[in-house]
This record gives sequence, C-alpha cells and structure tokens, in this order.
Amino acid sequence: MWTWFYKLASPPHVYGLSGMLAPWFLGIATLTIGYGLIDGLAFAPPDYQQGDAFRIIYVHAPGAWMSTFIYTTMAVAGAIGLIWRIKMGHAVAAACAPIGASFTILALATGSLWGKPMWGTYWAWDPRLTSELILLFLYFGAMSLRSAFEDAAQGDRAAALLAVVGVVNVPIIHYSVVWWNSLHQGATVAKLGKPAMELSMLWPLLSMLLGFMLFFGAVLCLRLQGEVLNRERQANWVRQAVKS
Amino acid sequence: MSTVPNGLGVDKVHIWRGDRHVLKGVSLQVSPGELVHVSGANGTGKTTLLRVITGLLQPEQGTVTWCARAINRSRSEYQTRLAYLSHEPALKGDLTALENLRFSVGLKRRASLEELRETLKRTGVAQCADLPARVLSAGQRRRVAMARVLAMRASLWLLDEPFTNLDSAGAELMSQLLQAHVEEGGLAVVVAHQALQIEWPLRRLELTP
Amino acid sequence: MTVGAWEAFWLIVRRELCLSFRRPEQLFQPLVFFLIVTTLFPLGLNLQLSLLRDMAPGVLWVAALLSSLLSLDSLFKSDADDGTLEQLALSGQGLVVIVTAKTCAHWLVTGAALVLISPLVAIALNIPSFAFAIMMASLTMGTLTLSWLGAIGAGLTIGLRRSNVLLSLIVLPLAMPLLIFGAGATDRAISQIGAAGALYFLAALCVFTCTLAPFAAGAALRITLE
Repeated sequence: MWTWFYKLASPPHVYGLSGMLAPWFLGIATLTIGYGLIDGLAFAPPDYQQGDAFRIIYVHAPGAWMSTFIYTTMAVAGAIGLIWRIKMGHAVAAACAPIGASFTILALATGSLWGKPMWGTYWAWDPRLTSELILLFLYFGAMSLRSAFEDAAQGDRAAALLAVVGVVNVPIIHYSVVWWNSLHQGATVAKLGKPAMELSMLWPLLSMLLGFMLFFGAVLCLRLQGEVLNRERQANWVRQAVKS
Repeated sequence: MSTVPNGLGVDKVHIWRGDRHVLKGVSLQVSPGELVHVSGANGTGKTTLLRVITGLLQPEQGTVTWCARAINRSRSEYQTRLAYLSHEPALKGDLTALENLRFSVGLKRRASLEELRETLKRTGVAQCADLPARVLSAGQRRRVAMARVLAMRASLWLLDEPFTNLDSAGAELMSQLLQAHVEEGGLAVVVAHQALQIEWPLRRLELTP
Repeated sequence: MTVGAWEAFWLIVRRELCLSFRRPEQLFQPLVFFLIVTTLFPLGLNLQLSLLRDMAPGVLWVAALLSSLLSLDSLFKSDADDGTLEQLALSGQGLVVIVTAKTCAHWLVTGAALVLISPLVAIALNIPSFAFAIMMASLTMGTLTLSWLGAIGAGLTIGLRRSNVLLSLIVLPLAMPLLIFGAGATDRAISQIGAAGALYFLAALCVFTCTLAPFAAGAALRITLE
C-alpha cells in the first residue's frame, strides 16, 4: 500500500508521473480559472461596501493563499530531503521556490492596486503586508542560498534548513489580522465556521483557488521534470528519456 | 553488513561530490593494534574517506561502525574516542601552543597543564609552549598538532598526510609515535602518498579513480 | 573521564573570550560602526531636535541591527578557515553545545557592549533619560535574539563567496519582527505610554529563538561541515 509513496523517491518515476499529470492539471486549471474569472468579473454581484473594486479579490486572495501554501510545501519537501535524505524532496523544494515567489509578488502587487481605492495608499506598513513582504524576502533568501553553494547537494540542504526556519512566518501572516489591529480585512473564508461571504461571490473565488492550485501543480510538474533531469544527468535513464 | 566487534568497520561506502563518484563501495576493517595505510593518486578520495570515518560526512550508501554499532547512533561518544589530524595543523594563530592544546584536548578529557607541557616536550616543541602559534614554523605547528593527537589519548587515530612539513627527525618521531600507539592496542588509519617506515605489520588500502 | 557539557561550554566561552581580547581592535569595530551609523541619520536628514526624538528609536535599532550583522560573519569564519571548527565538531561535545557557547561569547563581546554604549548614542539622538531603562532592556533582548538568528545564518553561509551579503539577506527578514517590537517598545517608553506589551512580545521572541535556534544552528553547521 505504501509502495506508491516509496516510488515517489525514485527520480525516473517522478519524471514520468510529472509528465503525465502536467497536461491534465493545466487543462482543468484553464477551465476553472476561466470559469472563476468570467463569473467573478462579470456575473458576481458587486460588494455593498466596495462596489466593483472588490473584484480584484479573485486574483489577490488565491494568489496570497498560494504564496503561503507553496512556502509550506517547500519547507515540508525540504524537511523530507533533510531528515530522510530523499533527493526528490530537495528537487520539489527547488522547483517550488520561484513559483512561490511569483505568487507572492502577484499578491503584493494586486493587493497594492486594491489598496489605492480602498485605503487611499498603495502601501501601508501593517502586520499582514509586512509579513507577506518578509515571505518574499525569505523566498529570495532560499533561492540565493541554494545557488551560492558549489556543491549542489549542500546547497539543497542549506536552503531546506532556511525554509524550515522561516516557516514560522506563515502562521504570523495568517494570524496577523487577528492578533493586531490591522488595516487588512480579517479572514472571511479561511476560518472555522460558516464563511462570511455571500455564496454567489464565493463560488468563483473557490474556483479561482482550485484553478491556481492546479496551475501551481502543472508548473511544478514541468519544473520538477527539468530539476530531475538536471540532477540525474549522469544516470542512464536520463539519456534514454532525452533521446526519445 | 560486516562489522568489527571492538574496532572500526567501513562497509561499502559510496560518496558523490557533485557529479563525481568519489568513493565507490569502499570497505575497511580495523581491529585494535592494526594500522591501515590508505594510498592512492590525487583526487581518489583519501581525505574524503577519512572524513566519512570521522562522521563529519554522511555516505550516500554504506555504513561506518564502531564496536559493531553504527556511528550515527552515538556520534558524540564515538567522536570522543578518535583523534583527527587534518591537512592543516588546525591551530589558532593567536593562542599559544599550550593554550591551543588546552582548549581542544580539554573538551575530550581533563588534562593538567603540566601534562600538556610534557606532551609538547615529547614531540620536541617544549620551547614553543608559550609562543603564539602564528610565529611557529610549519614543522613546529605540525609537531604541536601531533602533541594534540597524543594528548587526546584516543583509541582511533585518523591522520591525513601526517608527514607533511616534517624534517627527517620529525618524520622518524611521527613513525615512532604511530608504532607506540598501535603497540599499545590503538587503531590507526593513515593517509599518506609515500610509504610508511614502520616496523609493524600494516595493511594497505589503495584507492583507485 | 569524559568532559561534561557544562564544563565544555565554559571552556569554549573562555576560548572565545581569550581570542577576542587578543585582538582588541576588532572588538571596537562594530561599536564604532554603531556610533557612525547613528550619526549618519541626523546628518543626512538635518532634523530638528524634536523630530530627532521621534525617529530615534528606529534609527537606534536599525544601527544596532546593522552593526550586529557586521560582526556575525566572523562567528565561525576564522575557525572554519584554519580548520579548528572541524576539531571542535569532533570533540565529542555535540554541535549544539559548541554553537551555544560560541554564540553566547559572541553576544558578550558585541551585543552586550552595544547595550552598554547605547546611552551615549541615545543622548546623541535626543532620547530622554527616563526611557533608557526600557531602551536597554529591549536592546538586550533584541541583540541576543539577533545573535542567535545570525548564528543560524552564519552556520549556513560559512565559506561562501560574499557570505556577509548572503548572511544579511537571510537574517534581516527574520529579524524584522524584532525591529518592529524593539523600536516599538523604545518608542512607547519615550512617549510614556505603557511599553509592557511590546517588551513582553520581544521577550517571547527572545525565549522562542534562544530555545530553538541552537538546534537550527547546530544543524546548519552539520550541513556546512560535510
């Protein structure tokens, strides 16, 4: 029963699996993002307070969720690589980092655009924005650290340790709106109990989140293939795979 | 997995450094009173093998055991029993020879300053005891490092090119100390690209690229 | 007759202090840097005394942060360069004890020294003397936390090219909460609002870091020593 789990430690298996999954992820992602955008931008009712400006939530919120989700994935994958010495863990972590950084930039940029009409400013030094910015720096730090080592395996382990140390920031981002008086609105969906959002607004949002997840999955699979080929370039199966 | 009941066992160790397969399934058994001379051309992984035995470097495959237990289980305890002499003599330039010994040996066992001075005398650098290490010559520093190995009273000696920078008197002294160590039941793994002048049966491990 | 962890800890601390005091000029460098950086702000911004007081906590803390970072690079560097770090790692004492001893000794000669000269800097920045106690308390906890964060970063970047830049890149994001609460506590002390909340939070950060960082820093050393 656990064999499928053990197989995930095998590079050729991961390579094949990623290649198979990527087009499916991409296809379903296109559909869900397409639905989410159309429904969210055109058909969902305008917010009673913010009017149509709230619609940026359909990109901003999923983007922000993905930024923390990917960081956590990166930290967990790195930890697996560190503790059990499974090289595929490090490959996943390395593949995740730029994707996570991109989502963080997306969240910060869309949030900034939203802030101007809502709060009157493109930026405020409030706890959630600050901790999200720290997250971006943590991504950059992990990527720089990994590439600074000549021995790639050492670089992987160092970056994994840094990612694990930085994971402390993730709950801070999430709970910052609870612990401090923040400009940023509180959690409306990601909390226990009934979501505080009207259903016709919620469906496109959830669809966008699913779409972003699948998009992340697709890009991860493609990047992971590249990582695996690079890391295993001496192995025989790579020569076969590249030839075909 | 073959282990040595009261000694060092290295079993099919593999190490990759980047793309290079440096150690390809190296095995070694050392019992008390045995000396192993590891030789090979440059780049064949002699220093790497020694570092794997110290426990600093984890092999990708294979195990290192001490007294039939894997060193990963009780790394600290194992490391108290060994003395490692690396390529550089590893001395702090700002500390005197005596202080260098005190701060490194003192972490493994309590040794009085008189005892450390005696050890420095034994390796022929008694006059350097109160001089900062940076003013010592390369040969004198190597002798201070030897004194450190002696003072640690370790069972397992792991020496990487111990004859570097030593004149003929120093080389002879080193050989004598090695011999005395294995005669008393100690173990030693010595990396050297020249032949060892020791009247003690030694085993050779030749590493090939 | 093995040496216990406590004994080993004190031996390593003595070693570090011995080494630091053999090169006294290197002890002064971070402190002088601290003084210079705090001078830069009022000079560059050409502020009136009252405005200077408002900015003072932030300026003080940023300067303390930067001068601590400057000295953190050398935490493991010299030992790694001459091979003594390996010898320490092979002493059988465990990396956690070694890292704890080195970091504590490092804090004593940098962080503690910084806290002691902070009143001087505070006077230059027009911070009122009744705020000194809280300022020094917050700086003590802050520099201690920073020493630990820096130990993790230094452990990860030993021997890399431009390690000081990379070290700053790694440590500064982790140190941002520290800055927020440390400067916040000092600020509240100056405005004479209760600084207790910020101090408690700072203390919590300090305790959290001091408890977990030794293990992270030990792991970092193990990775770099391979």
